[in-house]
Amino acid sequence: MRAVTWQGTRSMSVETVPDPEIVKQQDVIVKVSATAICGSDLHLYDHYITTMQRGDILGHEFMGEVVETGRNVRKLKVGDRVVVPFPIACGRCFNCVQGVFSACDNSNPNGEIAEALYGSTAGAGIFGYSHMYGGYSGGQAEYVRVPYGDVGPMKIPDGVQDEQVLFLSDILPTGWQAALRGQIEPGDTVAVWGGGPVGYFAMQSAWLQGAARVICIEREPERIGLARDICKAEIVNFEDTDDLVELLKQMTGGRGPDVCIDAVGMEAHGHGFMAAADRVKQALRIEMDRATVVRQTIQAAAKGGRVSIIGVYGGVIDKFPLGAFFAKGLRMGAGQCDVHRFLPELLTRVLNGEFDTTSLISHRLTLEEAPGAYEMFAQKTHGCTKVVMRP
Amino acid sequence: MSTSVESPYAAADTAQAETKRSDVTGASATVNAREANRVMRSATILRSRADLYAFWHDFEQLPQFMEHLVSVTRTSNTTSRWAARAPGGGTVEWDAELVNDVPDEIIAWKSVGKTDVPNAGSVTFTDAPGNRGTIVRVTIDYEPPAGAVGNFVASLLGENPDRQVREDLRKFKQLMETGEITTSARRIEDDATRTFAQASSGDLTS
Repeated sequence: MRAVTWQGTRSMSVETVPDPEIVKQQDVIVKVSATAICGSDLHLYDHYITTMQRGDILGHEFMGEVVETGRNVRKLKVGDRVVVPFPIACGRCFNCVQGVFSACDNSNPNGEIAEALYGSTAGAGIFGYSHMYGGYSGGQAEYVRVPYGDVGPMKIPDGVQDEQVLFLSDILPTGWQAALRGQIEPGDTVAVWGGGPVGYFAMQSAWLQGAARVICIEREPERIGLARDICKAEIVNFEDTDDLVELLKQMTGGRGPDVCIDAVGMEAHGHGFMAAADRVKQALRIEMDRATVVRQTIQAAAKGGRVSIIGVYGGVIDKFPLGAFFAKGLRMGAGQCDVHRFLPELLTRVLNGEFDTTSLISHRLTLEEAPGAYEMFAQKTHGCTKVVMRP
Repeated sequence: MSTSVESPYAAADTAQAETKRSDVTGASATVNAREANRVMRSATILRSRADLYAFWHDFEQLPQFMEHLVSVTRTSNTTSRWAARAPGGGTVEWDAELVNDVPDEIIAWKSVGKTDVPNAGSVTFTDAPGNRGTIVRVTIDYEPPAGAVGNFVASLLGENPDRQVREDLRKFKQLMETGEITTSARRIEDDATRTFAQASSGDLTS
């Protein structure tokens, strides 16, 4: 089969590799009909997430048709059309039973890699997302081996277009849970750092969860357009201000946003001394994550407010404003998305037309065009906001 | 559960005490308690004590999740013969006997007779608080390797015994909770876990 492979820092290629097989009897094989490049794939492309190996197949946003099932698969059959959650979850461990699928105890065979850094084994395995996250082959390929077939893949009704439901694999539920972690109360002002694909769905989710006002902090013109026109957000271009926190305070009657959502993560484009220091330290591998946005969310949040981190971080940061976090009585939530938990409800909402799932797609390409697509998405050229590929 | 009289940990300590006594008596000594190294690890598994005890009690099933074991064969009600992969190929074998066995609570064993790998081990099963499954605690004592014997110990527990016990426990948890040992391999030939003895519990989910 053809597959998009990682060859080194900012080096991708499409290769012919052996097809996947049923390895365990709860597996299914999915023939991919649509797959996307995620913003978090750029952390692999730029090699900020380590434990990558040459030849690894990327991609964790995909859907398709079941073409083979293991002996112990009960719910799925050949021919079913499914969307596949990006975290791999066993469905039987305590965390899965509690609905915290992203913290599955069993799906990551390499969980111990993270033990020294995190104090516990890493979370669930993730398709195509480094060996620390399990070393699974991803969905930017013609076929994918999907473990625990009865737990992850969700059947899609006939007559629904791929593009309506593809993003249920990651960015839509991820944005939804980012907003949920903000514990939005009616009347809250919600500020979202990053108008990328996750921010796009976090903003729509914030409205659906009761926000009275949504503010988007962004600088890329195409993303600003989507945030303003589709997500109905007020826009703050952070390039236009030297004091974002002060500006947000002025916009909110001196209080600050009730809920601050970091949909940016470890490769933030901050400016000023602290951001420059972060960049140097990250380049020297003294500090693994650039923490500009985390610091801003805590400084900006209203007293009693909530900070929700959905952008990906991998390591340690300096100058965490713990005093502000304490003094304002903030609450903070973070983590990968427990996709499985939200799929039935979100599928219903999508079919009811509550989300715009297609306006963010700027490029519809073939799998063979992936290397150029990565470069374009990383550089934000050609108005690239989201790439969907078909094998 | 009932731990009103004696905690299972006390039972484990009893097992150790027996090993130490046997050391003193000389003839059947397996582990020199004064010099032995100890590895202790635990995991919480969302299955009942009875299920986990029953699986482990059948020693012949241990190679399904213990990476270095090739086979365990029952030789009587209380004895078994263990075979482990030796570094550089081949196997190393020894006999073990059951020294403590309390249903759903503890299993303890030790090597017997003349062996290059004197070792003793126990596994305890206790209820996790709040109906969150069972805490499985494995303790293994082994004499520190000397010279060529070091190779044999490596075959028992790997080059990093602490890590090996942790890995084995993790695989036990995977097998007991999901019915299979986790692998990210895309093809059967790349599946490192295929060297494990074929899991008979693959139909746990049915």
